[in-house]
Amino acid sequence: MRVMAQMSMVMNLDKCIGCHTCSVTCKQAWTNRTGTEYVWFNNVETRPGQGYPRTYEDQEKWEGGWTLTKRGRLRLKAGGRIKNLATIFSSPKLPSIEDYYEPWTYDYETLTNAPLQEHSPVARPMSLITGKDMNITWSANWDDDLGGSELLAADPILAKVSDKVKLAYEQTFMFYLPRICEHCLNPSCAASCPSGAIYKRAEDGIVLVDQDKCRGWRKCVTGCPYKKIYFNHKTGKAEKCTFCFPRIEVGLPTVCAETCVGRLRYIGLVLYDADKVLEAATVTDPKDLLESQRGVFLDPFDPTVMREAERAGIPRDWVDAAQRSPIWALISTFKVALPLHPEYRTMPMVWYIPPLSPVVDVVQETGEDAEEAGNLFAAIDTLRIPVEYLAELFTAGDTEPVTGVLKKLAAMRSYMRDINMGRPGDPSIPAAVGMTTGEMDAMFRLLAIAKYDERYVIPPAHAEQAHNLEELATECSLDYDGGPGMGGSGPFGEGSGAGTPLAVENFRVLKDRQTSDTTAGAGTGPATRVNMLNWDGRGTPPGLFPGRDGPPAEPRTESAPDGQDTP
Amino acid sequence: MTTTLDIVLWVVVPYVCLAIFITGHAWRYRYDKFGWTTRSSQLYESKLLRWGSPLFHFGILAVFAGHVMGLGIPKSWTDAVGLSESVYHAMAVSVGLLAGLATVVGMSLLIYRRRTNGAVFGATTRMDKTMYLVLGVVIFFGLWNTIGSGVLNLYDHYDYREGVSVWFRGIFTFQLHPELMAEAPFPFQAHGMAAMLLFALWPFTRLVHVFSAPLFYLWRPYVVYRAKSERFGARAPRRGWEKSEKTRR
Ligand code: HEM
Ligand code: SF4
Ligand code: SF4
Repeated sequence: MRVMAQMSMVMNLDKCIGCHTCSVTCKQAWTNRTGTEYVWFNNVETRPGQGYPRTYEDQEKWEGGWTLTKRGRLRLKAGGRIKNLATIFSSPKLPSIEDYYEPWTYDYETLTNAPLQEHSPVARPMSLITGKDMNITWSANWDDDLGGSELLAADPILAKVSDKVKLAYEQTFMFYLPRICEHCLNPSCAASCPSGAIYKRAEDGIVLVDQDKCRGWRKCVTGCPYKKIYFNHKTGKAEKCTFCFPRIEVGLPTVCAETCVGRLRYIGLVLYDADKVLEAATVTDPKDLLESQRGVFLDPFDPTVMREAERAGIPRDWVDAAQRSPIWALISTFKVALPLHPEYRTMPMVWYIPPLSPVVDVVQETGEDAEEAGNLFAAIDTLRIPVEYLAELFTAGDTEPVTGVLKKLAAMRSYMRDINMGRPGDPSIPAAVGMTTGEMDAMFRLLAIAKYDERYVIPPAHAEQAHNLEELATECSLDYDGGPGMGGSGPFGEGSGAGTPLAVENFRVLKDRQTSDTTAGAGTGPATRVNMLNWDGRGTPPGLFPGRDGPPAEPRTESAPDGQDTP
Repeated sequence: MTTTLDIVLWVVVPYVCLAIFITGHAWRYRYDKFGWTTRSSQLYESKLLRWGSPLFHFGILAVFAGHVMGLGIPKSWTDAVGLSESVYHAMAVSVGLLAGLATVVGMSLLIYRRRTNGAVFGATTRMDKTMYLVLGVVIFFGLWNTIGSGVLNLYDHYDYREGVSVWFRGIFTFQLHPELMAEAPFPFQAHGMAAMLLFALWPFTRLVHVFSAPLFYLWRPYVVYRAKSERFGARAPRRGWEKSEKTRR
């Protein structure tokens, strides 16, 4: 047994209202830069729907993740090591920008400098890639809220349950699926990277791209079946969700979780046996993957596990945290959370509680009591389309675990109604789904009223190093190799040159903003854009104001255009 | 009989370029690991790249292998193993022509793509253009040497293996022969000079990606783990105040 700790997340889909707050705050925190306009570390998909990038779940087309060879061994679906290298000069299965969308801004300038005319001037959309005028035809959530429209025909998951779909259009259903990187136990992105630049942190399992080692071979984009590696087209490096590691290290939840309006995200540790991962990912029948992955997790209350964890150097407070972990509770104790697409065999570590709402909605429409356990149970058994659809997402098509979870949620709903009405809880309802009233109460507490520190049980990084990680003021935060030197852009374009620790970057950004009169976006060629949320009123970013007399103000900056190889 | 100009052109310039090549790479690796990338443009366009890039790359790698043979292996060695002049020549010319052709076609596709695709053109830097210009000149004269001298015999049976090659090896063994280059036909001189210019530019262009050819991938374990101590910016904890037990969360 080799115990390792994994930081993971569970999302309760019934509570997602599809507001995209998580996506926006994540973007503001991490990807509001040139080159990452189309990059959404967190995105929220309406399901059924095509997803982002379009149809990414069709692995016959995109060849992401792992597959079993005839001899029953795990191999990258896009091909083995030799094929991977042989196709390095042009990657065969790389999504193009059209499969995402062409990012754009608007030509706001004309609004201010158009001559007097009969009709009001319009700000036309302009591509952030070419700088030319463009038509907007798609975006990261173009099919938002369009459950039931003809766009759905392209949903690869719907295609799998397809023949029954036509008759089910009368009973359309819809729910939201927020997605981040899965921080897999068996990450195919890392396995596809020829340079070995993608690594899994031994302490908490967060999967990161070493920006100094990435050479832009862009093979990881193909490798990830969830398409959660994005290629920064300005810097030529791969980027991905970082699980907000600087926040996690000091015990704070990720930005998406912190700002989630529905409070539906849970973060915590799970302990797992690293020696069993490969075997678990290799089981023959994809429908067994859910059970085999659950089997990899270790019970943090088991004395053997605790002892082994200590031997493996996992600090005591981390084991405590693993015991209080909401993730462990939802995945293994209550068994209501399910992995997204276990059939990709990457052992994903962001799990989901499937939504009961499609079922409740249907029952409600019939005029029956949608909080009565019997009605809901019957509906779960008869509503094949939503259940099969959920099964294709979460259990490789096996409907049984999905109906099991939905019935637990239905039972909770109906059991708690009695209690909320001041009636005694009916113990036969939890019993019908194999739970005691005590367990039902505990599950309700965790799902419905858990407070901040119960939803996010995040032990700070190991105490001896917390001092450094928290970047406390007791040490000069500029005291690192190289020192705070050259500011802004390096000699080879945006962000080149030696890396800087995070706190220094903040320090420098702040200082820059206080003392300069240009914004970060100034002078970046045709794709110049002003980030209104970051703009602090200083300076005159190009295109924002008309000049004092006549033409718009030129950016006052000497810096070379982005990405120029000028030494 | 060597003039000062010959010495400058065929002794000083090579060493200066070599020095820039080496220190340039060391400098760039030290200060700009982040900029060390292929700067792939496949996200923008892949129909032309699908043909252009493999043609160019397989071609140029074959050309490189040919140079290792032609420049690196002395004629006496091939003679010693009994490889006759005519067989060697036929081999070199045919393989060289094929590889050169693939390179030129591939590179034309790549340059056409760079110029005509708006997104790719927008991402083309001044250094890219300079690099393509010099690379183009090198390849042009290289191919011309193969055709003009190897096939058409325009240069009086010039044997580069007794001229250019000896001069080239001499740079590394400090047995300097500027006179051999001074005597060489013009296209050979131009090819050599342009190549040296390319080497001097090399560290400052996207061509640095060549030194990252990831062959190690064939042997390393699929999933890489890294512990904190190995990570960038981490260092051993220093003496200082520990938080008290009571304030721990
Ligand atoms: C040794 C192994 C090499 C590997 C693995 C390699 C790989 C790559 C890759 C992945 C790209 C990016 C293509 C794209 O997606 O846009 C690229 C571009 C390029 N490589 Fe290489 N390369 C190698 C050797 C070379 C050599 C020897 C040269 C020339 C001397 C070269 C010249 C170029 C050029 C000029 C481009 C830019 C193509 C364009 O987009 O216009 N490469 N290379
Ligand atoms: S989901 Fe994340 S960890 Fe898993 S393969 Fe994709 S990028 Fe890698
Ligand atoms: S912030 Fe929360 S509720 Fe809003 S879309 Fe994201 S996950 Fe759903």
